[in-house]
Amino acid sequence: MPSYSITVNSQTRSVTADEDTPLLWILRDHLRLVGTKYGCGIAQCGACTIHIDGAPMRSCSVQISQLGDAEITTIEGLSAKGDHVLQQAWKDHDVPQCGYCQSGQIMTAAALIRDFPSASDGEITQTMNAHICRCGSYPKIHQAIKSVLS
Amino acid sequence: MSLTDTSRRDFIKVSAAAGGGLLLGVTWLTSCKQDTQLESPLPMPASWKEMSAYVKIGDTGRVTIFSPNPEIGQNVKTSMPMILAEELDVDWKDVIVQQAGLDTDNYTRQVAGGSQSIRQGWLPLRKAGAAVRAMLLMAAAEVWETQTTDLTTALGKVYHPDGRVLGYGQLASIAAAYDPPEDPPLKDLADFKIIGTGKENVDLHAIVTGAPLYGIDTYREGMLYAVIKRPPAHGKSLKSYDDSAARTVKGIVDVVQMQDKIAVLATSTWPAIKASKLLSATYTDDDPLENSEQHSKMLQEMISKPSASPRRDDGDIESAMAQADEILERSYEAPFLPHNPLEPMNFYADVTDEKVELHGPIQTPEWQLNRIAEALSRPKEDISIGMTRMGGGFGRRLYGNFVMEAALLSDQVRKPIQLLWTREDDMTEGPFRPASAYRIRAAIKDNSLSGYHITGAGYGMRNACRERFWPTGCIENYRVESHNLDSNIPTGAWRAPVTNFLAFAEQTFFDELAEKMKLDAVQLRLDLLEKFDVSLQEEVDYDPEPMRRVIEVARDRSSWNERGNRHLGFSCYFSHNSYVAEVAEAIIKDDIPQITKVWCVVDCGIVINPKGAINQVEGGIIDGIGHAMYGDLRFTDGAADVRNFDSFRLIRMSEIPEIDVHFIPSDKDPTGLGEPTLPPAGAAVANALYSATGTRIYNQPYVKKVVG
Repeated sequence: MPSYSITVNSQTRSVTADEDTPLLWILRDHLRLVGTKYGCGIAQCGACTIHIDGAPMRSCSVQISQLGDAEITTIEGLSAKGDHVLQQAWKDHDVPQCGYCQSGQIMTAAALIRDFPSASDGEITQTMNAHICRCGSYPKIHQAIKSVLS
Repeated sequence: MSLTDTSRRDFIKVSAAAGGGLLLGVTWLTSCKQDTQLESPLPMPASWKEMSAYVKIGDTGRVTIFSPNPEIGQNVKTSMPMILAEELDVDWKDVIVQQAGLDTDNYTRQVAGGSQSIRQGWLPLRKAGAAVRAMLLMAAAEVWETQTTDLTTALGKVYHPDGRVLGYGQLASIAAAYDPPEDPPLKDLADFKIIGTGKENVDLHAIVTGAPLYGIDTYREGMLYAVIKRPPAHGKSLKSYDDSAARTVKGIVDVVQMQDKIAVLATSTWPAIKASKLLSATYTDDDPLENSEQHSKMLQEMISKPSASPRRDDGDIESAMAQADEILERSYEAPFLPHNPLEPMNFYADVTDEKVELHGPIQTPEWQLNRIAEALSRPKEDISIGMTRMGGGFGRRLYGNFVMEAALLSDQVRKPIQLLWTREDDMTEGPFRPASAYRIRAAIKDNSLSGYHITGAGYGMRNACRERFWPTGCIENYRVESHNLDSNIPTGAWRAPVTNFLAFAEQTFFDELAEKMKLDAVQLRLDLLEKFDVSLQEEVDYDPEPMRRVIEVARDRSSWNERGNRHLGFSCYFSHNSYVAEVAEAIIKDDIPQITKVWCVVDCGIVINPKGAINQVEGGIIDGIGHAMYGDLRFTDGAADVRNFDSFRLIRMSEIPEIDVHFIPSDKDPTGLGEPTLPPAGAAVANALYSATGTRIYNQPYVKKVVG
């Protein structure tokens, strides 16, 4: 099996895996970064969302061989102490129910507020529509994101 | 549940089961302190004293509360400890919550289901907290050589009338020597300080930082990852298979047959998934391969037939029908549904000669332990089940077929394994919500409802009706009938079992009935409640008075009577011991109807945690609307026609209405909240859509799948 050197949360990590292995399983099984969740495996639910060079991507649909020297950020690397403004907003609004989808939701929202600090209500909804929350915590997700926008 | 000598002596065993032994490298300790603006909690103790199966107290006064029931997103891991902490009289910021393991000696009903955790845990948890408080009072009385009746407690401290104070941490080792009293005094509701205040989910920090928390996150040195290839349709059985291609995948350790299935074991998940797709297999189809057209035909036949014995038969329904000025008759039908919790089924199992260690997300740990003891012919003492937080359940994780698979597989290969169902397994294998149908007939005489006859039918539904629920007792001539249909497609409880569609049928029927009788839809319900026959109170589960109140409050909060040209739809239902009324508002925008707002009024007794409670209410409504609108699953030759979220549509953020939630203030014991807001949601929406479009909806889903 080929070996790859990838950069995850600012650390260089070496993994041995088949070239078609989705990044999702590299993160979860090889690197034990299990905050990135498996929900569908076909880029429909958003539970596995991470950042690749800052852009929100579905890790289930990116293969290890496609990464090159890209910078990968997972929920574990979003902030040093779990104190990213959105992580705090998620706490303030008591967003999660089962909580399983939330790390993916936060990763997409983090890119949204960084790139569109004055996003409208409609733009928040349009962006977050890419994610499924089976429990229906959508009102709280929207409120939490809105609370940190200028 | 009582706190006895035995429970104390057994505490070492209890704490081993609840604590370190099963933790699989996961830090479960969760401080309740979330808000950094609050005063800091007491320091972490150097030593802890076990007070009971529920509580240990540290030397600094920090308190650990073991939360007995499985956490599935209904927030009991926060709300159940809140109840105990209230009676213990501690400061919530000093509480650490830890998930208890399965321990049938010390806890009862460690089940997540039926919206019953809080209702049934209410008194035992209060007593458990009060018992430990009583022990601490006895300890303080011993130290001060006085009577416990002279002493008071507040925020984790005992106070002497002369001003002396001892913290719980200072008293714990003395207190632990006392026996917990069987019947300790409980607080007056007016003295509650924690119950009724909004407390954040105790797992919040772990959730938002991606810490290992769920069953799927379980890892043990040396474990193998397992994925199972299953027969492609219900009714097919494995005949033969060829694993030569699958075995070429790097990382594959073994491929084994297990009953009707083929299990792939690998060093990580991806090779297991990849190899399972490379297995080729042939199947027999000795069992019938069922089709949805046939299910629908059978359901429609059954609801037109009388049953052998009606479940309820008041008055004389046939005479009422014969004498009616008019009869309104309608039928309703809904499909099978998958549960689709976002965390797919998974479980860890390690079966050795010495022990059977199981760990993962399950709503019914005790049931699974018993089944596995039998299946593996092992004494129950050999078996442990650790409970993880669950990524949703909605009824799916009541059924432990995946736990059994993990145990059987580990037993067969004698290695620790983590079994994963892929999303496709999860969506196609079942159990499913049963497909069901209803026929309702109403007799109208002198513009009054003189008779009501509902006939329900469903696949694997022991009772497709709820004859102890509203409107039983409000209609003189009244018959309820139910038919069960058999199938080889497995079915089971799905959030708000039966009522998730029964309420839709009845509450849309009432809307149509009101229109036919030229009555206001809300007034029709209030008029019905007025007719409640009090002599039948013991034969029904609800009281008419709280039902009336939620209806009136929802009417007023939505300005129903002043609605003018607004398109509102009304619905109300009693289930899981709670009363709910909902009003939905629809608008037409660009020729497309949209639901813009839902008002929801709930009477669920005392609300333990208003923060978590609002989440449950909103979640139930959104779930109810989403599945009523889009939820569809059909079978062709025994195979489900949806496999993943590209073909099965779940509601998304752009499709939800604004939700206004109101709880009726109450001093009654708490009732269910995880399910009861779901049943009325579909009808409120359908009735609003009728107001907006003039088209009645009789079947779910409202939005049919676009094929191709």
